Amino acid sequence: MKPITELIKDLADLHGRDRHSLLPILQGVVEQEKYLSEYSMIEIARELDLPATEVFGTATFYSFLEYKKMGRYIIRICKTITCSMKGEKQILLAIEDMLKIKVGETTPDGSFSLLQTNCLGFCHKAPAMLINNDVFTELTPEKVREILSEYLNRKNEGGQNVN
Amino acid sequence: MSTNYQLKRADFIFKDENDWEEVLKNNINRPPNELINELISSELKGRGGAGFPTGLKWKISAEEVNDVKYVICNADEGEPGTFKDREILSKVPFKVLTAIAICGHVIGAKIGFIYLRGEYFFLQTELNKAINEFEYYCREIKFDFSIKIFMGSGAYICGEETALFESMEGKRGEPRNKPPFPSAFGYMGKPTVINNVETLAHTYTIFKYGSKRFYDLGVQYSRGSKLFSVSGDTPKPGIYELELGMSLADFVDEFGDDDTKAVQVGGASGFLVPRKRFNETNIGFQGKLVGISLPTGGSMMLFNSSRSMFNVLDNYLNFFAEESCGQCTPCRVGCQQLLRGIKAVKRGEKNAQYLDKMLKLAETMQFTAKCGLGQSVANSFSSIVENFREEMIY
Amino acid sequence: MGKKIKITINGETVEIVKGTSILEAANQAGVIIPTLCYHKDLCVAGNCRVCVVEIAGQKRLAPACATPCDEGMDVLTNTLKVRNSRKHIIELLLSEHNADCTNCYKNGGCELQKLASEYKIMNQDFIHLVPFRNYTIDMFSPSIIKDDSKCIRCQRCVRTCAELQGVNALTMSYKGEHAKITTFFEKAMNDVVCTNCGQCINHCPTGALVEKNYIEEVWNAISDKTKYVVVQTAPAVRVGLGEELGFEPGERVTGKMVAALKRLGFDAVMDTDFTADLTIMEEGTELLTRLKGALVDKNPDIKLPMATSCSPGWIKFIEHMYPSLLDHLSSCKSPQQMFGALVKTYYAKARNIDPEKIVSVSIMPCTAKKFEAARPEMHDSGYRDVDYVLTTRELAIMIKQAGIDFMKLKDAHYDRLMGESTGAGVIFGATGGVMEAALRTAYELVTGREVPFEDLKILPVRGMEGIKEASIKIENPLEKWSFLDGVELNCAIAHGLVNAKKVMDSIVAGTSHYHFIEFMACPGGCLGGGGQPIPTNPEIRAKRTAAIYAEDEGMPMRKSHLNPEITKIYKDFLIAPLGEKSHKLLHTKYTPRKRY
Repeated sequence: MKPITELIKDLADLHGRDRHSLLPILQGVVEQEKYLSEYSMIEIARELDLPATEVFGTATFYSFLEYKKMGRYIIRICKTITCSMKGEKQILLAIEDMLKIKVGETTPDGSFSLLQTNCLGFCHKAPAMLINNDVFTELTPEKVREILSEYLNRKNEGGQNVN
Repeated sequence: MSTNYQLKRADFIFKDENDWEEVLKNNINRPPNELINELISSELKGRGGAGFPTGLKWKISAEEVNDVKYVICNADEGEPGTFKDREILSKVPFKVLTAIAICGHVIGAKIGFIYLRGEYFFLQTELNKAINEFEYYCREIKFDFSIKIFMGSGAYICGEETALFESMEGKRGEPRNKPPFPSAFGYMGKPTVINNVETLAHTYTIFKYGSKRFYDLGVQYSRGSKLFSVSGDTPKPGIYELELGMSLADFVDEFGDDDTKAVQVGGASGFLVPRKRFNETNIGFQGKLVGISLPTGGSMMLFNSSRSMFNVLDNYLNFFAEESCGQCTPCRVGCQQLLRGIKAVKRGEKNAQYLDKMLKLAETMQFTAKCGLGQSVANSFSSIVENFREEMIY
Repeated sequence: MGKKIKITINGETVEIVKGTSILEAANQAGVIIPTLCYHKDLCVAGNCRVCVVEIAGQKRLAPACATPCDEGMDVLTNTLKVRNSRKHIIELLLSEHNADCTNCYKNGGCELQKLASEYKIMNQDFIHLVPFRNYTIDMFSPSIIKDDSKCIRCQRCVRTCAELQGVNALTMSYKGEHAKITTFFEKAMNDVVCTNCGQCINHCPTGALVEKNYIEEVWNAISDKTKYVVVQTAPAVRVGLGEELGFEPGERVTGKMVAALKRLGFDAVMDTDFTADLTIMEEGTELLTRLKGALVDKNPDIKLPMATSCSPGWIKFIEHMYPSLLDHLSSCKSPQQMFGALVKTYYAKARNIDPEKIVSVSIMPCTAKKFEAARPEMHDSGYRDVDYVLTTRELAIMIKQAGIDFMKLKDAHYDRLMGESTGAGVIFGATGGVMEAALRTAYELVTGREVPFEDLKILPVRGMEGIKEASIKIENPLEKWSFLDGVELNCAIAHGLVNAKKVMDSIVAGTSHYHFIEFMACPGGCLGGGGQPIPTNPEIRAKRTAAIYAEDEGMPMRKSHLNPEITKIYKDFLIAPLGEKSHKLLHTKYTPRKRY
């Protein structure tokens, strides 16, 4: 993993240092670090010659640009109407039970964070969730337990493809 | 009044992508005016939900005098119950890319963007492959056009065109004042054509086959076919291409589970149609059809009698209260008031008359909100409260 | 010149330039449309939706501030639909607002309160939302109090801090129901790059941003028989105070102000203009010394251009943004701080008062002065040099509390020793004033002649342009200053921090050719300061400017070096400018701060 300052510099080299380069750079930092710390935001502000508040105000607007420390795997469960109708709560309970955390929390070992999100675009295969960038659909409590076990057993990073 | 208009399947979107190279080459050699007229005579309207005539949109941008123009494909599909754009980008990406490039030729743009919602991150790899192949071909035929993907980061409001521009410019996705309109003042202040993924896919059909093929489907004011994303209490969830103008009753016959209580047409920003109105409702754009015609992005969510309409409305209002950009008063505060209001009535903390006050508030939001999000909350709010008032109270 | 078009407003035809907003056209036609997020100083936002009007043929209402007129537009501003919608908007704003008016500092001056009163919002049915948010009040800054529970998210403060000041200490954050206006990571205002200039306070329509007031502390000091309370008044106060007490903008109320202060019970009422004159002596000498050091001695440690240092908002700005260029600042304190240091030494000695018993108060058009008075290094007298800073607004409050009928007051005079001033001192309150005062003295010191401008009015430095330039050629100077013969003294004046940034960037880039630059944090100079009466707009600031220059013309002496009290303080106490006593009491050091 690159140190943050180097990461930001490389991202700026790739995307540019204009205002319209901000979002890809924020995304790049979140991709590696899973969230944007104060330090990250200040470094981005420095690199792009932007006020720190502009970076903060822009980052906090977007749901996927976390600004609080997150686990290695961020679970986002869809809570919009169809997924909600098709058993989202049961999935949530299953995860809460398995990982011993509630929505908004991160496991003490820093492996999982549990969040809710809005319509993921898989309503015909509800309920659905994201773990980082990977989508899992047609979930049941059993299926979710299987998926999480697989993640727990992982030694390395890297995602699966969409089911 | 029952209609004798049957549910008609169509099959344009997911077929015939293989000859995209030919379609591209042929059409960039046609004069822009010819292509614009083709679109106008097809009467194609935007498929993202707003339903603006596509030919007119391209025409206005083409007539703008500016060295720099942009084409943007709006792939920020976020309306609850909508998942068709994802399918189009997965299955027939070259149609979309070709359409973007042809639009560039028509209006005089050299760069196209696809604003892809962050939740569809997994589409990036394949889409980038397609773009590489596409750009390679463009270079071969000496057509100066490049396409880039711009990723979103989890904000439904960025599907609104001016909020999308703000987002691409590295800012908060707060919608702008209109006028000026995107055709004249869009991304980076330049003339921009921004179209939904499906709209672009339809233009491919029109450019390949001519406008008549498209025009011949559908009904007056609602020409052509549309992808419908069907979900909820249905034995056949999925994506279906159907001609516009169908009766909702026929639709429910086909897709319902024999117990359909209501259908949400057009997502949370659309209308909830109760069973008693299925017969008099046709699916298309605002026009002079008999009965109620509804604007639509194609999301169709079916609810059967086991579902509580209160829970449904509560879910929608939660969605809007979270996804609102928070800029303007009627939407930022109005959504919260409606959400807390129905909860208060349900709990008996406010009496039933308070629902009427909230209906008036929803109407004010419709008239005064700065963008489509705030303006559309009243659609589902009024249709649910008026048709299922008893479920709101107890 | 745009094309003229005709529209109708409420049935009356109005002719306007194409592209004019409905709001401006209505103004022309004598139709008032209420607004909240709109402000003449700032770009159009169009987010509060209070100004919505009906356009015939359109179902949705249009925001008057953000909608340009089209030929034949038929605007209706008072239909049932408009009124009902507007009422709803106000009710919505009140529902997310901590409407505790009787306990609010802005009671009587709040724009939301005014709207609610106009529309008779008496049956508030909506659910009150404030208890569901964990709002805290930020009282950490010595100058500004930020109360999020009163914020209506009009974003005027964000736009002010970004466009007018270029400081960007505030931003809109999060979205939806959680959207609010915050600093970086919601830190306290004194923990971020806020310069304390208070422009946000001037532009905030509600009590979300107000100054930290010291009214009770000053009342207590005045009532304390054991204390000797001295007050100094800044130049810009006397052309703004009237607005809070029944006068039109631009009214000069100097005599009444002094009379009121005496009635409030201050033991001595003296003038910051005096130390403004003193600043000219010190800073003028410092400039000439630097010019010699740079042009003759070629000393690399002497930095040019030299920048004025009397605006504490500007000082904090350069400390954050250009900490490596602090050597460019004049080492002179501001007139306020010079006064404070002298009142507990020179004045105390002359009047035989135990400095321990002196409470030094200042009336300022400025909120950053509260921060300046609290700076750790401002203790050169052996005590805190300035104990309390009151803004013009706070003084008006005290005058009203004391039951003084301000308009009926007879003019009074400042007390002696530190109360005499010249026209050069009073023009400190306007942008370009410090420069003009400095040139009037420095030029005469160097050449023995008056500045070559009619009636001493150095017009090139006056006016509201963001960055102004002026040059004076030194010809035939006195023997002592022969090295300046033929030198074109290049001066610049910047007001509003966004312009200060431009000038500083040119210094960093090496493209600046100036010798001396006046920097003021606030648009218009101090007369537009963060502590001045609200509302503020370009017209009001123009009137206050005219008043300042009229005051200057009416003074018997117009040049700082002719002030007899200045001559006296050097003779009796300071000895010479930049002398040992001056260095101890009248000069200061600066603190590099973080940019982010």
